[in-house]
Amino acid sequence: MIKFVVNGSESYSEQPGDTPLLWVIRDELGLTGTKFGCGVAQCGACTVHVNGEPTRACITPVSSVAGKKITTIEGLSPAGDHPLQKAWIAEQVPQCGYCQSGQIMQAAALLAKNKQPTRQQIVQHMNGNICRCGTYNRIVRAVERASKEV
Amino acid sequence: MVDLESLELLEFKISRRAFLGGGAGLTFAFTLGLGASREANAQALGGPQAINAYVSVAPDGTITIQSPVAEMGQGIMTGLPLIVAEELDADWSKVKVEQSPIAAAYHHPIFKAQYVVASISTLGYWTPLRVAGAQARRALIASAAAKWDAPVAECVTEPSVVIHKPSGRRMSYGEIAALGAGFAPLPPIDPAKDLKPASQYRLIGKGVPRVDVPAKTNGSARYGIDARVPGMAYATMVRGPVRGSAPASSNAEAVKKMPGIVEVVALDHGVAIVGETFDSVRKARKKLQVSWRGGERGAQINTDKDLETYLGDGRDPKRVGTEWKSKGDAAKALSGAAKVVAREYLNDHVYHAQMEPMNATADVRADGIDIWVGTQAPTRTQLDVAKALATGPEKVKVNQQFLGGGFGRRATVEASVDAALVSRAVKRPVKLILSREDDLGAGTFRPMTAQRIEAGLDASGNIVGWRHRVIGEPVGDFVYHPGYLKAAKNRDVIFMMGAELPYYTKVGNWHSEHIMTEERTRVAAWRGIGSGYTKFAVESMIDEIAHMNKADPLAFRLALTDDSRTRRVLEKVAEMSGWGRKRPGGTALGLAFAEYGAFAPKFGSLIASVAEISVERRSGRIRVHNYWAAADATLAINPGAFAAQVESAIVWGLSAALKERVTMVNGVVQQSNFHEYQVMRMAEVPAIHVEVLSGGPMPTMVGELGVPGTAPAVANAFFALTGKRLYHMPFTPERVKAALKA
Repeated sequence: MIKFVVNGSESYSEQPGDTPLLWVIRDELGLTGTKFGCGVAQCGACTVHVNGEPTRACITPVSSVAGKKITTIEGLSPAGDHPLQKAWIAEQVPQCGYCQSGQIMQAAALLAKNKQPTRQQIVQHMNGNICRCGTYNRIVRAVERASKEV
Repeated sequence: MVDLESLELLEFKISRRAFLGGGAGLTFAFTLGLGASREANAQALGGPQAINAYVSVAPDGTITIQSPVAEMGQGIMTGLPLIVAEELDADWSKVKVEQSPIAAAYHHPIFKAQYVVASISTLGYWTPLRVAGAQARRALIASAAAKWDAPVAECVTEPSVVIHKPSGRRMSYGEIAALGAGFAPLPPIDPAKDLKPASQYRLIGKGVPRVDVPAKTNGSARYGIDARVPGMAYATMVRGPVRGSAPASSNAEAVKKMPGIVEVVALDHGVAIVGETFDSVRKARKKLQVSWRGGERGAQINTDKDLETYLGDGRDPKRVGTEWKSKGDAAKALSGAAKVVAREYLNDHVYHAQMEPMNATADVRADGIDIWVGTQAPTRTQLDVAKALATGPEKVKVNQQFLGGGFGRRATVEASVDAALVSRAVKRPVKLILSREDDLGAGTFRPMTAQRIEAGLDASGNIVGWRHRVIGEPVGDFVYHPGYLKAAKNRDVIFMMGAELPYYTKVGNWHSEHIMTEERTRVAAWRGIGSGYTKFAVESMIDEIAHMNKADPLAFRLALTDDSRTRRVLEKVAEMSGWGRKRPGGTALGLAFAEYGAFAPKFGSLIASVAEISVERRSGRIRVHNYWAAADATLAINPGAFAAQVESAIVWGLSAALKERVTMVNGVVQQSNFHEYQVMRMAEVPAIHVEVLSGGPMPTMVGELGVPGTAPAVANAFFALTGKRLYHMPFTPERVKAALKA
């Protein structure tokens, strides 16, 4: 059994230690907001925070998060009103929406460290997250909008 | 269910009158209280009560509107209910939208099915949904009037309220539902007389936030891949490396012994691995070895060699293709031309790369079958699953989920059929998910083509004749069913769309044809369909002739048309982009015009695009800095969502124009995941400026409209900057460097 904290609550996994954290979160814990996109850390759809660091859950063995704090999109803010989530609505960012949990988690890690990122810093930080609907410019605008609030 | 060929039939059969409303016989049976409404009416008083199949009203004033079309990011579950709400005169803040069941009451009137392709959901449902809303409004008015014992003619509505004008009495829609007396009988609606004129719109064209957005910011939106069924197993599917291949033998026995593996199921087209967790399945997938038989034709595909063959076919005057469209006498005009200019254009295969890998969850029980899937084709899912299991479609319930990208990939239904077959085999609910590698390796692709355009010019350089040949594999039989093409007289709309000049009205003689090559590849409709490459050829050629004539590309195009909408989008994008203004060193502009839609020129949507690019000559990298588009889909229902769709399609098109490329060796796809199949990322996206032009009588296509202008706008900008032409999509650094040296 591997113990860790998910969205503030004690939790554990009974899966083999090499199981990617992604499948533990989605299937064992039932938190399906974190998505499977590529399985090789190339698209960012599975991004969660591990001890505050944006992490690609699809290549993170669950054994490596023992004792650590994991935050998923469901735990980013209790009421879904994180400044980024509000900005995502204000800018009408999502289209199909599948990548957006990962986008928001990736962006939240940036704002936690850098409250006023430049456009260039935003793009550099977000460039590993693919959005196939091409909402990139709206994502940038939403991060800029949220950065005025945090 | 009607296939896409109906689009074509429609072009000849449909009357403008029918679409705009009017005429006896245009009745909408589904708006009369049907199954869904009976079910809702049976609910205890206090809950929502159905007026018709689309509209329910609860005593608290909540209005529930059914959205019949799958939401895949296009904003349809906002746009369609908005049309109902407009005629219903609903207070939009009290509207709740539900994804409708899969049932005849919700069929698209053209497809006779629930099916979202070709960007024609809004166009197709436009009149039926207005009728549904108008009918519900009239039933509410009649109910209030009866209560007041007042004549219906003295009653009007404001949002969600019926008002008796002489007395000033008011009754909200919720209060009418709370009367508990049911609603007045549904009146017949004549679309020609009984619908609102555009001047009275309160909602259409005004812009509302999309209803699906909040759930897509907090992880609560449910996609197909998120389905959870008690007792379910997980599965993945390994298909043959080429079209038509089947498993001959495998190491299934060894794989079956791996931890967590429940079963290995051999189907006629592939092998499924079933396990207790997806991780166990994922690990077993890496160990599974299958030898394949068949697929000999598929194994002959070799990207570079095939394109050479296609070019040869296009040059061979003895090859006769299937006519797609024509005007005048192109052959005669070409033979009489002072000069004939011929150019050739190429494009490689491209992959949808929808972010959610293909998946479906199936529960096959003795008493019925449930499918959870995000699909563009729920009716076909129902029919094909029933057929595969040799049962009736009424036994199959399709639970429509959000789509993590559709783009044409989810217009076919093999994931649901596979999940159902596997569930039946293991006698458990099964969630089947493809790995990204299998999603790509057995992907379905936009066809690779070669195109040849011959333009006949008179002594002054005017285009007098035009012949456009498109060479490549047809799509219809694979996407629909064998025999489709024959029935459609070999007119393959998915392949050929856009190989036409309907809006360049002054070109009097043109002809386009499809030279069909042998079917080998798993091909697909891919956002933009044929227009994604045919307009690259058409608009590159137009641009090249403009320059030959030393004419400004904008002025040259304007001179080719007397269509006012065409002129309007061209002039608008010129104004937006500052066309003709001197650019800073190292950048240049390229222009492209395109129509979109199988109904063109009757119901075409139009777009004019300008790309501003620079080129890093050492690396061969093209950078797009700005992209302007003026888009006209006749009547914009929700303009903000419309602009978002055009932005999205521009990124989609630029990604394909600059980067995306599937290559095959002996039929085997050479790319495996996003590190090899590169798509556009944030750092590469230009500033995008979209203007939505509206004001027409009815909505036409939006979702794919942004795609066709992208490649030619970039290629034409490349010429403006370098004096060289790009003839092969995508414009990879190697091809750019080769073009610069040419």
